[in-house]
Amino acid sequence: MSGKERIARRIALELRDGFYVNLGIGLPTMITAFVPAGMDVTFQSENGMLGVGPAPAAGAADPDLINAGKQPVTELPGCSYFGSEESFAMIRGGHMDMSVLGAMQVDEAGNLANWTIPGKMVKGMGGAMDLVAGARRVIVAMEHQTKEGASRILKACTLPLTGTHVVHDIVTELCWIRVSAEGLVLTEVAEGLTPQEVQARTEAKLIVSPEVRTMAMVGA
Amino acid sequence: MNKVVLSADAAVADIASGATVMLGGFGLCGIPETLIAALVRLGVQGLHTISNNMGVDGFGMGLMLEAGMIASHVGSYVGENRRLETMVLQGQLDLTLIPQGTLAERIRAGGAGIPAFYVPTGLGTVVAEGKETRQIGERMYVLEHALHADVALVKAWKGDRLGNLVYRKTARNFNPAMATAADLTIAEVEELVEPGELDPDQIVTPGIYVDRVVVGAAYRKPIEAEFIRSGGAA
Repeated sequence: MSGKERIARRIALELRDGFYVNLGIGLPTMITAFVPAGMDVTFQSENGMLGVGPAPAAGAADPDLINAGKQPVTELPGCSYFGSEESFAMIRGGHMDMSVLGAMQVDEAGNLANWTIPGKMVKGMGGAMDLVAGARRVIVAMEHQTKEGASRILKACTLPLTGTHVVHDIVTELCWIRVSAEGLVLTEVAEGLTPQEVQARTEAKLIVSPEVRTMAMVGA
Repeated sequence: MNKVVLSADAAVADIASGATVMLGGFGLCGIPETLIAALVRLGVQGLHTISNNMGVDGFGMGLMLEAGMIASHVGSYVGENRRLETMVLQGQLDLTLIPQGTLAERIRAGGAGIPAFYVPTGLGTVVAEGKETRQIGERMYVLEHALHADVALVKAWKGDRLGNLVYRKTARNFNPAMATAADLTIAEVEELVEPGELDPDQIVTPGIYVDRVVVGAAYRKPIEAEFIRSGGAA
């Protein structure tokens, strides 16, 4: 099982019946595959849809029906469409129970950076700034380190920010971290790892919770 | 009343160089393909465009970028548009990125007679730099101003000669808001129907916002993810 899949399976445990959830492009979208059986979760796509269904069968894609990652999707019964202004009214207005999005960097203050690397990469913030400002719970889902082995969880972000004091939880293939007023609290570590080993791969200071436990996940 | 213009070229003929133009669409979904092609043929220069994305290399607004007709752009996402990213990094295009929800609401406000409004979005980031902030209740907010354009080019599914429009699935996106926020709104529709055929309860854009209606043809509607993967052949 890949690290990304472990992250998706772990975050799926946070879903609750009746939740309205927005998933970012890439890794967060993988969570749709791990909604616990019998649970009713409605996925929102910020380009104007509630009730996003799975990818269509080969050859059945409708170019007028895509998700925010510009991939073809399908309708679930009871889905609805709306314009971008309405879509972000529901995001900004605090109606989304949960927003899961990727990041390049997160820091001890719950700041998040995920839209540009000055001089190197211009990606754009898309809806990320609105989501972190408006969702009731913001979960960052990302791989713990860069491909070069650098920590993505820093004392202070160095890249231009997406939001300040907005992240509630950070989930990587190595651990679960809760952002608190006191700092980053390590609450779960992946099987086979110790809190010390996680700290060694993390620039930010981690406060090890007295109740720290092994990371669980859906279907494993 | 008949707002139907027989050709896309005639519909865009009086758009001037240097105009501010809003273009509907999210990625390549719900973009005014026919009007973009006509605008490229018209050959105007120095346009100031407002659109969530800027197409991709070889399609949508990417064609306008390749034609060198865009002087500045306001949007929320560059994503996979390599040419745009390169031009911005090399300083060849004046790009302003703003949060997608703020973009949508600024456009809505522009059409609704609201000059400015406060949002929590972007507080403490470069987006809020130089802008007025204010505490309302327990939270700080950023003042954002309405956006208005000379021209809006929007894409609908069906429309009538009065300019009433309905959209299809996620091809709606920015189109209805933009239709309200320009001096001149030109809508292209896949299907022109008689007044009365659209259920009045289902009309999303009432005709008052629309000045010209063009019937589009030969839609390609590539799916962006597949278009990029195939190198533009989709």
